[in-house]
Amino acid sequence: MSKRRAFPGVGLVKGLAVTMRNMTSRSVTAHYPDALPELPPRSRGVIALIEENCTVCMLCARECPAWCIYIDSHKDTIPATDEGGRDRSRNVLDRFAIDFSICMYCSICIEVCPFDALHWSPEFEYAELDIRELTHEKERLREWMWTVPAPPGLEEGAEPPKEITAAQKAAEKAAELSGRSGPMGAAHPDKSEGPA
Amino acid sequence: MPELIEVGLRLVVVLGAFLVVPLLVGQVEHKAMAHMQSRAGPMYAGGFHGWAQLVADGVKFVQKEDVVPAAADRRVFKLAPSVALLPYLVVMIAIPVGPGLVGQELDVGIFFVLAVMGIGVIGTLMGGWSSANKFSLLGGIRVAAQLVAYELPFVLAAASVAMAAGTLSLSGIVVAWSPWWLLWQAPAAFVFFVAGLAELQRPPFDMPVADAELVFGPYTEYGGLRFALFILAEYAGIVVLSALTTVLFLGGWHGPFEDQLGWLWTLTKIFLVAFVVVWVRVAYPRLREDQLQRLAWQGLVPLVLFQLAITAVGVVMTQ
Repeated sequence: MSKRRAFPGVGLVKGLAVTMRNMTSRSVTAHYPDALPELPPRSRGVIALIEENCTVCMLCARECPAWCIYIDSHKDTIPATDEGGRDRSRNVLDRFAIDFSICMYCSICIEVCPFDALHWSPEFEYAELDIRELTHEKERLREWMWTVPAPPGLEEGAEPPKEITAAQKAAEKAAELSGRSGPMGAAHPDKSEGPA
Repeated sequence: MPELIEVGLRLVVVLGAFLVVPLLVGQVEHKAMAHMQSRAGPMYAGGFHGWAQLVADGVKFVQKEDVVPAAADRRVFKLAPSVALLPYLVVMIAIPVGPGLVGQELDVGIFFVLAVMGIGVIGTLMGGWSSANKFSLLGGIRVAAQLVAYELPFVLAAASVAMAAGTLSLSGIVVAWSPWWLLWQAPAAFVFFVAGLAELQRPPFDMPVADAELVFGPYTEYGGLRFALFILAEYAGIVVLSALTTVLFLGGWHGPFEDQLGWLWTLTKIFLVAFVVVWVRVAYPRLREDQLQRLAWQGLVPLVLFQLAITAVGVVMTQ
């Protein structure tokens, strides 16, 4: 009882004040179907596939914790082009499907893909009435590719991307070589700059 | 004959107000409560900020199947919503909106209004008793307990004003009212408003329908139109309580330009009080059953008895 006690009813008035303040300030509701949400960069909406980049290495299907990626493929033989050469074989993708009813959007397949065949698209409006429709075949996954945004730019003061550092190093080396061996040097440092 | 037409016209107007004003209050509750909780509330029905939400709700309720539980007391069960709703319609007849603007002038208006308002609770009690459901029964009993506890301060608060005005007529009370009553009768106004809230089972006094423990109290087994009638009764109750608070304590049609705009003053005051009803609902948590009873018997009853004494002294002094 030694504590200083507020005037009785102060709490009640405070409660009324809080609700009144809320009422006079703007509501925080996102009016979603009328106004599209502003998604943060790198939002995980749906997975897009560039079929041409895929080599059927199966890494994505194997790493997928939910086992939601289905890949069918066969081997094609490319006949030898020159005399005495060997026939070469290459993988042809028959089916690439992701079941989004199982997918948990962990992004492991995209991280693990060595050839950048998989990308995140921020599109999220692909609800279906039939759960089977949530398995997107490769044609549909290709279509999502058009909605993939360009990667956001680097932060200020960030390390330059690996590709650029590597190219720069190569160019410097070439310039050094050419400087040592005179005008015979093949590499022109100003031409080999920048990423491929 | 013209007398009959006039009575008919008055009744039609009262019926219209009875059907429209509670919906307005309901819409205010929808939107004000939403914004107090940082939401937007209904936005689609009717196109503009969901103004037709309650109409849409009504259409939905009408379409629903009329279910009566097998073990229920069918007659009482079916009768209960009308018993809950009609008293408020009857009360509205006696409430003056402006000088002469009243469904039916009654010399014992305040007595009549308080008596009829008590019946509304009986409807809820009937619903709770006849539903053959333990939640309904418990809710009904809580309603009864609440009615017993709060009817006393409610009536005593009204009696204080009647004493001050020296009349039982509602119009007479408004005529006798003067601004300094706002101070003189303030405790009575507070008690009247709080006890009225409790009689309507409005939050924070919604223990009878406490949905976390009693599903929906006496209304648990109701659906469709009958449920809608109970809800309508709640909003009609808010309107009646606001109107009575206005007429008894806030001076009714008194205000600037009261000769022309008296009715507007009454309606404005009614809506302000109704807004406070909604506001209180959002701001405060529900009272527990024992807190509810303690507030009535240890808080409101002594307070209003004290007010009666003050009123008596005031009346004697000024005469």
